[in-house]
Amino acid sequence: MSEAARKLDYGTIWGDEEDLSVLTFNLNGETFAIEAIVVQEILDLLPETHVPGSKPFVSSVINFRGKVIPLADIRLAFGMDATETTIDSRIIVIELDLDDEPTLVGIRTDKVNEVTTLAKVASEPPPSVGMRWRADYINCLVKRGGEFIIVPNLHAIFSSRKERSGNTSAPN
Amino acid sequence: MSNPDPISVFRTEAAELLEQIESGLLDLTRSLDDRDQIDAVFRGLHTLKGSGAMFGFEALAAFTHHCETAFDRVRKGDVPATHELVSAVLSAQDHMRALLETPNGDHDAMSASLLDNLHRAVNGAGSPALTANPAATAAPMAETAGGLREWRIRFSLPLNAMANGTNPLGLLDEMRDLGECKIVADTAGVPDLAALEPRDIHLAWDVSLKTEKPRSDIEDVFIFVMDEMELDITEIAAERPAALAAPAAAMPKAVVVSEREAPAVQAANDSKQAKSAENVRVPAERLDEMMDRVGELVIAQSRLTQLAGAAADLGLRSVSEEIERLSGELRDTMMVLRMMPVASLFSRFRRLVHDLSRETGKEIELITEGESTEVDKTVIDRLADPLVHLVRNSIDHGLEKPDERIAAGKDPKGKVVLSAHQTGGEVIITIKDDGRGINRDRVRAKAESSGLIQPGQALSDPELLQLIFQPGFSTAQAVTNLSGRGVGMDVVKKTVETLRGAIDIVSKPGNGSEVSLRIPLTLAIIDGLLVRVGGGCYVIPLSAVEECLELSLEDDLRSRGRSFISLRDSLVPFLRLRELFRTGTQPDQHQKVVVISTGSERVGLVVDQIIGDHQTVIKSMSKLHHDVATFSGATILGDGSVALILDVTHLVAAGQHQEAQMRAAG
Repeated sequence: MSEAARKLDYGTIWGDEEDLSVLTFNLNGETFAIEAIVVQEILDLLPETHVPGSKPFVSSVINFRGKVIPLADIRLAFGMDATETTIDSRIIVIELDLDDEPTLVGIRTDKVNEVTTLAKVASEPPPSVGMRWRADYINCLVKRGGEFIIVPNLHAIFSSRKERSGNTSAPN
Repeated sequence: MSNPDPISVFRTEAAELLEQIESGLLDLTRSLDDRDQIDAVFRGLHTLKGSGAMFGFEALAAFTHHCETAFDRVRKGDVPATHELVSAVLSAQDHMRALLETPNGDHDAMSASLLDNLHRAVNGAGSPALTANPAATAAPMAETAGGLREWRIRFSLPLNAMANGTNPLGLLDEMRDLGECKIVADTAGVPDLAALEPRDIHLAWDVSLKTEKPRSDIEDVFIFVMDEMELDITEIAAERPAALAAPAAAMPKAVVVSEREAPAVQAANDSKQAKSAENVRVPAERLDEMMDRVGELVIAQSRLTQLAGAAADLGLRSVSEEIERLSGELRDTMMVLRMMPVASLFSRFRRLVHDLSRETGKEIELITEGESTEVDKTVIDRLADPLVHLVRNSIDHGLEKPDERIAAGKDPKGKVVLSAHQTGGEVIITIKDDGRGINRDRVRAKAESSGLIQPGQALSDPELLQLIFQPGFSTAQAVTNLSGRGVGMDVVKKTVETLRGAIDIVSKPGNGSEVSLRIPLTLAIIDGLLVRVGGGCYVIPLSAVEECLELSLEDDLRSRGRSFISLRDSLVPFLRLRELFRTGTQPDQHQKVVVISTGSERVGLVVDQIIGDHQTVIKSMSKLHHDVATFSGATILGDGSVALILDVTHLVAAGQHQEAQMRAAG
């Protein structure tokens, strides 16, 4: 994604609002946040069904209220190692528009923290250097307390996975 | 949302009306003097005109008016019903559809030419003018026609008539059309202004009419409101002119007519009302939603059953059993809700065959069987196009011209049979013709010239016939308007496969062909064989399973080099699902082979354990898993976990590929 496009995306998530209501969660010690409005439900871990032949990033499906939905591990998108599940592990179910079709996706997390408000003034677009992660997967970083909260760009993560399915199996 | 757009409601209704008109017209082609059908067509046209005008479809109403007039004359016996007239109205009816869909489009030229046609069909038939009502016509109601007579008509409409769309002015105008009219409104029933409800109709009318038309014509003015209104028609010239209150006895002949007419209208209205009470329109997505809920309920219930089974509480167990029964019944009822009789699918072919028969100059009789067989609505919608292709093919390629048929010693009239019947979980739809059959030599020549097969390649007869489903395959030497572009049959095959169905084709040279589509009853549930591979459960569609057998140790060891088993003297390649799915587990001691097939191709699947029969609701996979071709969907098991459904076509293709590699390797 080009610099301009990233800036554009950065603009769309905030819009004219000064505040953004988000749900924060932990992955490998980092704090992530996703817009509260896309969150459908937070689930305890469920029995998963592995889908042979699928991309490691979405390698299984779960039964969410009678619907079969994919379970994604965005750690793999950020090149992190998968961690052991703990008593705090949860699944966040979000609804995304993929190709203009609302799609439910479960996201594995180590721990779900809280619903909170992020201020636009404290946010900045991802720096183009000095990051371990793919910059286009990150919408912005928000300073809070002594740490950064990562707001991932879910659309970029889920749709680019579709297009570049060939080279996504590397981080495992 | 609960108040649908009246225009769209009208469109739906009008589409239904047009369908009724069409089927009436087609019935007429079989027996031209069927009065019931003539009346039905007339009523349909009349309603369409009336409600069209009410909803602002002026062009449609005006155009329909002409067709209605034409049929009115047929109904009255002024002109006989002819094939030309029926055809003219049929094509006019297509135009009405266009007018309905694009009321503001430019249809004038088309309208004019169709009306011209219609005019010729009516007048060319020999009866020149409206007024010269000939004694020669067969209609009994014409008997009362004669010279100029004077009638006295008193009528009042029910209070809510205007709310129901009746326009009294229209009735008065229609009477004026019949002859010289003197109309007096009776305002005695009108209440005080304070009590007056402006939507109610309180007026009564007293009309004296001089006309040479028979009494039945006057009654026809009120044909659509007759049931609810009060109507007195008296002939003033009759012997007892004062008998306003009891006129009926005065004219025995006329009474006979009116009694004949009235019950017919009554019956039509009754059946119409009964229909509207029986059917409720529900958007399909609400049904799907409900289906999901019922699916969840069934899953929750099976968890309850497990818990109750484990607990010693007798009360809990009996409640759980009751819920199990109820939810089972609920599921069965739900499944039936989406089912529709195939009659709605077959009915559109009568028109197609009628048109094709005229275009090709072949005489064709269409026979439909098993129209009450019920199939999932989605299946019906998706099968429409493939069936059109198949029927067109039968007529264009299969049936011969009448002279060829006579030369071959057959009835000059070709037969196309469309039939449907249910066996087990499948519906079989068959298109059969008694034409010349498929010419194997031409199929082979064509396949060789287009490189589909090697010259001289040995093929079994079914294999050869299956070639016609290859993309771009067509043996028609000249591209006709109907078929011969070679895009039809592969589309048919693809559609049927996406419906998880299969096509069989049988053809006897000189005796016609028979194409059978085997389609599962519903897309929403599947009868499957539940198997275990490694730690995961998978469902194989039962319709594709041929047999299950044990993989002997010998075969297992030997097949390191060649993965096939011999099954009753034929080689069946097999796939080890454990390896395909990379489960990383050790094989069970007694592995099983499930032999699956699509048509003539067979593949064995090696699984660890066969758990059993499993019927369940199919869930589609999300977009994120669309790249995984091995699975066609997923389903939820009794314990709430997800099992994936194997895509048989894909697996068979994979197996065939493996077999081909084995052959190549020698």
